[in-house]
Amino acid sequence: MLADFGYGVLVITFLISLYSIVIAIYGEFKKSAVMVESARRAMLLTWPLLTLSALTLVYLLVNNHYELEYVWAVTNRSMPLYLKITALWGGQAGSLLFWSWLLAAFTSAVTLRKWDRDREFLPWVIVVSSVTLAFFLAMIVFFENPFAKILGPVPVDGRGLNPLLRHPGMIIHPPMLYLGFVSFVIPYAFAMAALITGRTDDRWIRITRRWTLWAWMFLSLGLVLGARWAYDVLGWGGYWGWDPVEIAALMPWLVGTPFLHTVMIEEKRGMLKQLNMFLIILTYDLVIFGTFLTRSGVLSSVHAFAESAIGPMFFGFIGLTLITSVALVIYRWGDLKSENSLHSLLSREALFLLAALLFLGILVISFWGTIFPLISELFTGQKVTVGPPFYERATTPLWGGLMLLMGIAPLSAWGHSTIKTLGRAIWKPSIVALIVPIAAYAGGIRQTVALIGFTLVALVITVTLYEFWRGARARSRKSDENFVTALLRLAGRNRRRYGGYIIHISMVLMAIGILGIEIFQTETQKNIAVGDEINLAGYTIHYDSLAQFRNQDGRYVTRAVMSISKNGRDMGELYPRFDIYPDGQPMTIPGVRSTLVDDLYIVLVNWEQVGPQSTPFKIYHNPLVKWVWIGTYLFVFGVLVAAWPEKEREYASARSRRKKAAYGTSGAD
Amino acid sequence: MQRMKFVIGGLLIVAAVIYLIVSSAQASAEYFMTVEELENQASSLVGKNLRVSGAVIGDTITYDPETMNLMFTIAHVTGDNSEIESQGGLAVVLHDAVVDPNRARVRVVYNGPMPDLLRDEAQAIMTGHIGEDGIFYADELLLKCPTKYEEAVPGQTDG
Repeated sequence: MLADFGYGVLVITFLISLYSIVIAIYGEFKKSAVMVESARRAMLLTWPLLTLSALTLVYLLVNNHYELEYVWAVTNRSMPLYLKITALWGGQAGSLLFWSWLLAAFTSAVTLRKWDRDREFLPWVIVVSSVTLAFFLAMIVFFENPFAKILGPVPVDGRGLNPLLRHPGMIIHPPMLYLGFVSFVIPYAFAMAALITGRTDDRWIRITRRWTLWAWMFLSLGLVLGARWAYDVLGWGGYWGWDPVEIAALMPWLVGTPFLHTVMIEEKRGMLKQLNMFLIILTYDLVIFGTFLTRSGVLSSVHAFAESAIGPMFFGFIGLTLITSVALVIYRWGDLKSENSLHSLLSREALFLLAALLFLGILVISFWGTIFPLISELFTGQKVTVGPPFYERATTPLWGGLMLLMGIAPLSAWGHSTIKTLGRAIWKPSIVALIVPIAAYAGGIRQTVALIGFTLVALVITVTLYEFWRGARARSRKSDENFVTALLRLAGRNRRRYGGYIIHISMVLMAIGILGIEIFQTETQKNIAVGDEINLAGYTIHYDSLAQFRNQDGRYVTRAVMSISKNGRDMGELYPRFDIYPDGQPMTIPGVRSTLVDDLYIVLVNWEQVGPQSTPFKIYHNPLVKWVWIGTYLFVFGVLVAAWPEKEREYASARSRRKKAAYGTSGAD
Repeated sequence: MQRMKFVIGGLLIVAAVIYLIVSSAQASAEYFMTVEELENQASSLVGKNLRVSGAVIGDTITYDPETMNLMFTIAHVTGDNSEIESQGGLAVVLHDAVVDPNRARVRVVYNGPMPDLLRDEAQAIMTGHIGEDGIFYADELLLKCPTKYEEAVPGQTDG
């Protein structure tokens, strides 16, 4: 009964989204403000309705309504309340509903803004977001209904969520990723509105600038949280495996990141308009692609794809939106011509363009690696796959290039820059940065990639700090403020710029962690008896005891106590364990000791015959990996600095001032 | 002239990306092989990265916990999913492969802790290489028993 209600609400919401598409287009052509207003109000209805539907599903999940297939598939009686609630996004059908709910929320927020001078965008923003919403709702209503009932007798208990997903990281990771995915729909909708209405100046970028930044932050956080979950739960000593699902989530990021940069060039110099359009279109379609792939497991086999009903629908939708959007760009090609041209290879805009190309290069490599098995099977009949070594080998030079650009670009000038001017700006920080590889070499590090990597990290950090210092010194001299006040005011007045610099530093801090684990990871595996020891990377790991017991919730726990010491100094205990859930699913929880220098990561290998006489352990020594997580905190801080609403307009260049004079004061962006 | 240097710069990057893809793919491509193909083309496959999947024959498993030396034999199963479906699903196909004495078989050597799921009629998916002796030396060993969960988890948990 309640399930029918939830489904009914979904159907109504679907019809409403169709209504708002039709009436917005019709109203636009009839020049009827009333009709557009009606479409807007219809759009506003979708969020409360989807909230109702989602709450209904949550109610059913919490109250063990196992007559529903979805509830049966993702919950069982032994799961705690919070996991039952978050099971809303534990499976494909629920995820689609959750996605739609977020999209409705964002679209509502956008349609509530003050539209004053941007009225002409409104109907088309409504159309584009409603088309996206209607597509997702159609997927739910016709193919993946979370309210569908099980045929036959009602099961007494549910199957329960896969134990690997019963982890805090898995509870916040999907919503973060989805927040990032969904918020990219908004800039795309404005880009399309700009193309359709022919108002192809940088207005759409200015309106959506902050949206894009938040979208990018959530997407980045979603990726890092997923990595963290893998590190904490999967027990293979790493956090990123170049799995197709991971790549699917990474791909929108690989386009969204250069987009954030190249839009600045459009705002400042009126260039790269066509590129920006392509980037946002690509981001949008990769978001849809990613949403589909992250939940369907389709890439595991070509055949699974052909058999899934929503696979072809998703690809049809992606194809259709891609073709329509690109056709619009071509139609407006002339209007999107650059107002300035590129002069010098070392100018800021040329370097940004280069960075965008490198990002797209990484995207092409990732995409190629993912579809390579399909292509090869299609043309040669031989199934070939490429693993992490392919991605690592192919993308490392490009990541390195991007780091170099992070070091150089902040010092290059807009418009015109030569080796001479750039050299003058960069030689001091470069010399300081060179201390790092020399120290590393003296410390015994001989791996070329590591030495280059650490040099680049040092370069980015010194250049960025040098920029802060240069700006603050100039300001303190000019305005008689002391250095610290000058620094804070400077950053406060140019939030986007200095927030961006903080993000750059956070990125290279993460790079330290990645270099550490990728290049210096060591591991060993051994079967030992209680009382024995294993040595790795200077640590002595003593196996104290083993306990096997049944937990209250029915899990059968196998837990070892290991005492760690280094050079005779006691470093405390670690407790690697594995749990077997009542349904037979195992979950390995490594014991991890994490410091700024290294992580010691001990896995108790899941094996039936584990006993005190013979216990298999895998031990990883992961140097510097903690810097990945430290960088993440700084990253969030940097985004907050850059995206926080401010009174003063940043980037008050001559160009935008001219614009402001022409348009009056700006709206609610 | 102004334009030329940017066009050349762009082309250089495109060329570099293509080079990276091609060279890396050659160095790290993994060929999916069935046991039958492995048996027939063994000599030409020496030195290549291979990925082989087959049904574990329970009686052949030997494990020395001291050296962590694990050996077992796998029997040929088809790599075609639709064929598996038409024969009644993975469990049936694995069972048929193990009981059929005429199936192509290959001996596998792996060094590491014995995985929990390694048992009779499990599907072993391995990456590694084939030796001149016709034995498959696995670097990575992944085991699958037909599972009841949705494939929502990245399958990175190895051996």
